Formats: sequence, C-alpha cells, structure tokens
Amino acid sequence: MARAISTRRKVTFTILGWTIGFLIFFPVLWTVLTSFKTEGTAIATPPQFLFFDWTMENYVAVQNRSNYMRHMSNSIVISVGSTLIGLLVAIPAAWAMAFSPTKRTKDVLLWMLSTKMLPAVGVLVPIYLIFRDWGLLDGLAGLTAVLTLINLPIIVWMLYTYFREIPGEILEAARMDGASLAKEIVYVLTPMAVPGIASTMLLNIILAWNEAFWSLNLTASRAAPLTAFIAAYSSPEGLFWAKLSAASTLAIAPILVLGWFAQRQLVRGLTFGAVK
Amino acid sequence: MMTPAVVLLLAWMIVPLGMTLYFSLLRYNLLMPGMEEWTGLDNYTYFLTDPAFTAALVNTLLLVGGVLLITVVGGLLLALMLDQPFWGSGLVRLLVIAPFFVMPTVSALVWKNMLMHPVNGLFAWLARLFGLRPVDWFADLPLFSIILIVAWQWLPFATLILLTALQSLDEEQKEAAEMDGAGAASRFIYIVLPHLARAITVVILIETIFLLSVFAEILVTTNGGPGVQTTTITYLVYMQALLQFDVGGASAGGIIAVILANIVAIFLIRLIGRNLDR
Repeated sequence: MARAISTRRKVTFTILGWTIGFLIFFPVLWTVLTSFKTEGTAIATPPQFLFFDWTMENYVAVQNRSNYMRHMSNSIVISVGSTLIGLLVAIPAAWAMAFSPTKRTKDVLLWMLSTKMLPAVGVLVPIYLIFRDWGLLDGLAGLTAVLTLINLPIIVWMLYTYFREIPGEILEAARMDGASLAKEIVYVLTPMAVPGIASTMLLNIILAWNEAFWSLNLTASRAAPLTAFIAAYSSPEGLFWAKLSAASTLAIAPILVLGWFAQRQLVRGLTFGAVK
Repeated sequence: MMTPAVVLLLAWMIVPLGMTLYFSLLRYNLLMPGMEEWTGLDNYTYFLTDPAFTAALVNTLLLVGGVLLITVVGGLLLALMLDQPFWGSGLVRLLVIAPFFVMPTVSALVWKNMLMHPVNGLFAWLARLFGLRPVDWFADLPLFSIILIVAWQWLPFATLILLTALQSLDEEQKEAAEMDGAGAASRFIYIVLPHLARAITVVILIETIFLLSVFAEILVTTNGGPGVQTTTITYLVYMQALLQFDVGGASAGGIIAVILANIVAIFLIRLIGRNLDR
C-alpha cells in the first residue's frame, strides 16, 4: 500500500531541497562564475553574480602563464596509470578470493584493508628518503607507484564484492556445455565482470585524481599533478581569484562529471561493503 | 593468484614502517649527515613532551570531532530530506554530493579566499548586508575555519551512506507502526534510528581514519598557524620531517600517528569482518 503524498508536502520539500542543494553546491558554482570574470570584477563589492562582462581571458592566461596542460596530463597519467596497474594486480587476487576462497581469505582481505588505514605520515620519512636516493622525487613513475599501492586495497576489495556476486554455477554450466577455458573467459566471465571492473576503475581514478598528500610531498614542478599545482596559488602575492577559479574549474570539472556517474560505487567502494 | 597483491602490500607496509620504527630510535638529522647515532627512546620523549605535541593532539581531536559532529548530524538531516519524494530530488542529490569530488587544495583555496576573505569575501559582504561586522575567519577562528571547509567536503560522504541505509529500510515496517498509531517522532526514534545505527558507526569510523590524515587543507590555508593553532599530528610530523629535516623526531611522530589511527582501525576492521560473514 503506497501512502498518498499531499501536494503541499511535496511543494514544501521541493523548495527546501532545492534551497539546501543550491547552498551546498554554491562554492562550486561560485568558482565557475568567478572564472569568467576579470580580476577586478572577481573581488568587487558588492559581488557580481550573473550580470558582468563574461570573459575567457583567465582560461587563456592560465594556459599561457603556466604549463597548465602539463599538470593536467600529469594528473591523467598518474590517476589512470595507477588505476590500471592496480587493476592488473588486483583482478587475479580478487578473482581467486571470490571463486576459490580458503580459510585465510577473510583474514587476507581484512589485512589488506588495514594497510589502507595506515596514516601516510607513518611512512612519510622513509618513502621520502627512498625517493631522494633513487632519484624518484618529482617524477611520475614514483608517484604513480605510491598511488597504486595506497589504492590497491580498495581496488581488491571492490572487485571482490563484485566478483562474489557472479554465480559460480554459471561457470559450471558453461563447462558442462563443453566450453573451453578460453571460451569460458571470453563469453561468460568477461561480460559478467566488466561492469564491476568499470565501476572500480571509475572510483579509483577519482580518488587518485584528488589525492593530495603524496602529490604535494613528492613532487615539485615537473611532475606535479593538478592538486599540487593548484596549491601554488596559495602564496599571498600570487592571489588572483579569477585565475585561481579558472585553473580550479578545469581541474574539477572532469572529475565532477565522473563522480556523478559513480555515486553508487562511492558507497560500495568506501564503506568496504559494510553498508549496502 | 593472490601472491602479487599480497607481496606488494606486504612490502609497502613492512619495509617503510620498519624503517620508520628504526629511524625513530636514531638521532638523525638530514642537515647533519653522518652523525646518526642510537638514542633509544629519546625521540619519543622529545616528541611527546614537546608543547606543540599536546596542542597538535588537541587540534587533531577538535578537527576530527568537529567535522564528525557536523557531517553526521548534517548528513542525517540531508539524507532524511533526500529520502522524501519531491520534484527534482535526483538533481538535488547531485548538487549535494558535488563537494566530495572537489580536490582538497581547490576547496581550501576557494573557501579561504573567495568566501572567507575578511574584506572581499562573500561572507564578509553578507555580514555587512545584515549590518554585522565581518569575521576575519583565518585570523580569529583558524581551526574552526578549517573544520568548516573539511566538513563541507565530507558532508556528501555521510549523506550518501546514510541515504543508502535509509533506502534499505523496509517501508512496510514504518507503515505498520504508523497504523498502530506511532507518531513521526517515535517512528524516527524507534525504527529509523536503530536501523541507521550501523551506518552511522561506519561513517564515524571511516571518516575518522581519513580525517586523522587531513593535510592539504592546512598546508594551503594556514601552514599550521597562527602559532600552532591549526597544527595537527599529521602536520606536525610533516614539519618535523620536511621543514626541519629531523628524521628521528618525525619518525617517532609517525609511529605515534600510526598507533592513534590503529585504535580506530581495530574497531572498523572488526565491524567489516563481522559483515563479511553474512
């Protein structure tokens, strides 16, 4: 029996919901708006909301004055790279745990998770020294490796929860019908595993893209991804709000879109299956 | 097939952590190479008796506690709101979760400059509009300002998880209670809250793990200052290591941070482990 919902109640919640949603989203909206202002309009009092001379000059300036595209491509290389390497290592592990679990599987899974809970400062000193001695500081390879490792537990865990939902009987049925191992993988397993792998990939790209601790500590200029590059706008003399906004808008836009697609995976990936 | 993953994670955990532990027992400063010597627990005594440590511990607890309070209460209210049927609720949900996807350096700088700036910021303009004196956020309330920024980033996480839990609640149970004459308040207290208890615990534990490591927001806004007013344990260890080059002291601090995080992690791992059996 569905309860009748009064129109009045629905109207009230529509107004309330949109107001609160707007307020929470406002800082993002404000950043986007400011990115189209001149520096003068950006700091004007009273603030200009919509009726100002829209300009693209900040986007041009950000590209010209800094090597913006380089930092953007660093972010892409690091986030996509660390996710792909992570998947390569994690898929076999998660597969084994989901389809041929042993007594130790649960302990291994939980132990993997516990490495994720290790605070970064606990290993900051040795990692920094190793990077310095091996010439990895301010390089893409080292940072990609670190991000692979810090996100590996989440990747394994997420894949495990997805793989576990694939019914084992279906494999047996395929085998009974005479499918070879190769056919089994191509026609049965892959189609069932791909959605889970894709979701895992999406969430991990987002996490790696926004990672700031290691990015800030292990890169300087050459290999800095966008998180570290934007931090350069914190110096008081370098404060140009409109340019900061343009750089920020470019940095968050792609991931915001991905994030909106990934909202379901977010709950699954970050609560480790504890909330369904 | 598990071997590569296990070996990698084992190496990642054991090797650096072992090195940190070893360094923490040495007098070792990068500015004085070749002078390393065994000092036993001196670094720990030094780190723990440093007045900055007490301040950092208090700041860390205030930051974690403050953000948890705002996000859990706010997230609960938001989840209850989003659970109601209204026009465009899907779109509103997208607006509400957006902050989670904004990188920490961007949200910190946008809040600090464009919203909280005492002269040109939007909050200052709003305050003057209502005839109030604008707050100089980062000068007068530095830690609270950081709490607000971090809470804004984590509010979507709490909301989304509580909303997921809320939606798994059996509607019929609520209806049955309603027919038995239970009011909205008692339905919330006796049916909804107990159902959410587990999700709330998960939110608290997971957020705590991540919040103990808040770093970028402090680095780009206050650098731990003024004085040590916004220095957390994480930031203190960073300063000791990369600004003062005190490898020994920073390592001792790192180990202490690991111990603190583990206190929370044990509960979280147990909770997840129990869930795995079902």
